Formats: sequence, C-alpha cells, structure tokens
Amino acid sequence: MALAQKKLMDVKLGQLPSWLGTRDFTPNGLLGSVRGGYERYYNKYINVKKGGIGGVAMFLAGYIALSYLWEYDHIKHDRWRKYH
Amino acid sequence: MLSRLVLTSNPVLLLLLSLVQASRSFHQSSQSLAPVPPLPEKGGKVRHGIFPEELFTLLYPKTGVTGPYMLGTGLLLYMLSKEIYVINHETFAAASIGAVVIYGIKKFGPSVAAFADKLNEDKVAKAQEVKDQAMASLAQGIEDEKKEQWRVEGRHMLFDAKRNNVAMLLETNYRERLHMVTNEVKKRLDYQVQLQNLHRRMEQEHLVNWVEQSVIKSITPQQEKESIAKCIADLKVLAKNTQARATV
Repeated sequence: MALAQKKLMDVKLGQLPSWLGTRDFTPNGLLGSVRGGYERYYNKYINVKKGGIGGVAMFLAGYIALSYLWEYDHIKHDRWRKYH
Repeated sequence: MLSRLVLTSNPVLLLLLSLVQASRSFHQSSQSLAPVPPLPEKGGKVRHGIFPEELFTLLYPKTGVTGPYMLGTGLLLYMLSKEIYVINHETFAAASIGAVVIYGIKKFGPSVAAFADKLNEDKVAKAQEVKDQAMASLAQGIEDEKKEQWRVEGRHMLFDAKRNNVAMLLETNYRERLHMVTNEVKKRLDYQVQLQNLHRRMEQEHLVNWVEQSVIKSITPQQEKESIAKCIADLKVLAKNTQARATV
C-alpha cells in the first residue's frame, strides 16, 4: 500500500515526515480532515441504536481538558509552591 | 444514554447533524443511498465513561490488565506534584459537580435509557407499519393485476360470442333478402304464366264462338226442315217401341 493511504497508526516512525508530506494542508484539506474526524467519532459513539454515556462524556471531558489548557496561564497563579 | 436523548429530542443538534450528513451525500458520488444500512447496535466501548477501550487494548500486550490504571495513577501524581494540575477552588467545585452527576447517572441512567429506547422503538414501529401497509397494498395491487390479466384471457370468449351474433345477423339478413328475391321473381314469372293462360283462353273462346257462329250460319233452312222431320219420325218410332214394351 502506498504511503499516502496508510493511517497514522500504521506509519512507521522513520516514515513520519514523508507521510506528513503527503497530507493535504490546504484549508479545504484541513476542513475535510476535521469533518472526517467528526464523522468518525459521531458514527462510532453517537449514531448507534443503544449509545451509552461514553459518547457525550468523552466529548465533555475533552472540552474540560482543552479549556483547562487554555486557562493554564491564569491558573498558574493559584499554585501552592513556587518551585517544583 | 444521553446520546439517545440527544438523538431523539434535540431538534437543533439533529438539524446540524443531518445537514452534515446531507452534505456528505453530495460529495461522494459512488455511494448509493438505498437501502440504507442499519445502525450499529452498540457504540464503541468506553470504560468508566471517559476512557475508550482502545487505550486498554493498546496497552494490554505490554503491560497486562493493570497497565492503563498504573499509567493513569502515574500521570495524576505527576501532574499534581509538578502542579500542572493546580488544586484550587475550582477543584472543589468540579469534585462536587462530578459527584452529583455520577450519582445521578448511576441512579437514573437505566430508566432514562429505557424511556429513550421506547421512543425510538415507537418511531421505528410506526415506520415499519407504514412500510408494511405499503407492501401489503402493493402486493394486493399485484394480485389484482394478475386477476385482471386472467380475465383478459377470457375476453376472447366474449369476442367469439359477439362474432357469432354478428354472423347470425348477417346470415339472417342474407336469407331474408334471398326470400325476397325469390318471391319477387316468382311473382313476375306467375304474372307471365297468367298472361299466357289468358291469351290461350281468349283465343280458345274466340275460336269456339267463331266456329259456333259459322256452323249456325251454315245450317240452311232446308236442312233444318229435313232434320226436324227426321226427328219427328224418330220420335214416332220410339213412341211405338215404348208402347209395345209397356203392353208386354
């Protein structure tokens, strides 16, 4: 199979730069990849007959983590110790 | 099971999701949309609500069953000790909210899930009923069509009967006209026959009259006297004979 069609998990570590070279980084390509990722997640966890809490909970957990990351510079001031 | 509620009751989210689905169908031309494949029964497995099962399967060959838990504990301690995760008032708020949410999910989860499942089932049952009715009516249509086709096969008998009727009418008409022609011809011929008879009779009578008249004319008075005298003499002889016979 050609390098371009392999998924990220099947790419060997040495081939990673060349694999990144084959990816489509135009705005359209980025949008397409975002949409593809969304659809994969949606079809795996939400668009099923008996979905569980996992689909929404993972999404919320990711949101919590991301918002903590974005607020970290502000939260840094609440640290208990200055030196770690 | 929240996802079930998401699917069944949130119209805005449904609209967004359906828009995404619709746009996908425009961009992929080789796919055919019917029949739509059925939805998978269960979603991807998730452990403890937030960790996908793939993480555990990934780490199992190298670290066994406890690997991911060790990883989680190590990460947690690292983040706490380096204060990448800072404990502040938000931690307490998050802990309280988390406790209440987890308690609520554990207690009311199954009943909400059953309720959402029932809603879905009702929808599916209605759609199935519509489909069944449509199929039944179409099957009935097929039956009726077959019956009509069978009836069409019998139509030739109807046409045969009609053709017989028409043939009979034609025959009757033909025979009537034949009779009429025969009668007319017979009348004409009878007339000619009567005419000839008349001719002959008239000729005969005329001839007889003429012969009578000529005979009467030819009887001279002399002959008349002689015939009368002869008749008287004959009568006398006859009278004598009868007298003689009477006395004997």
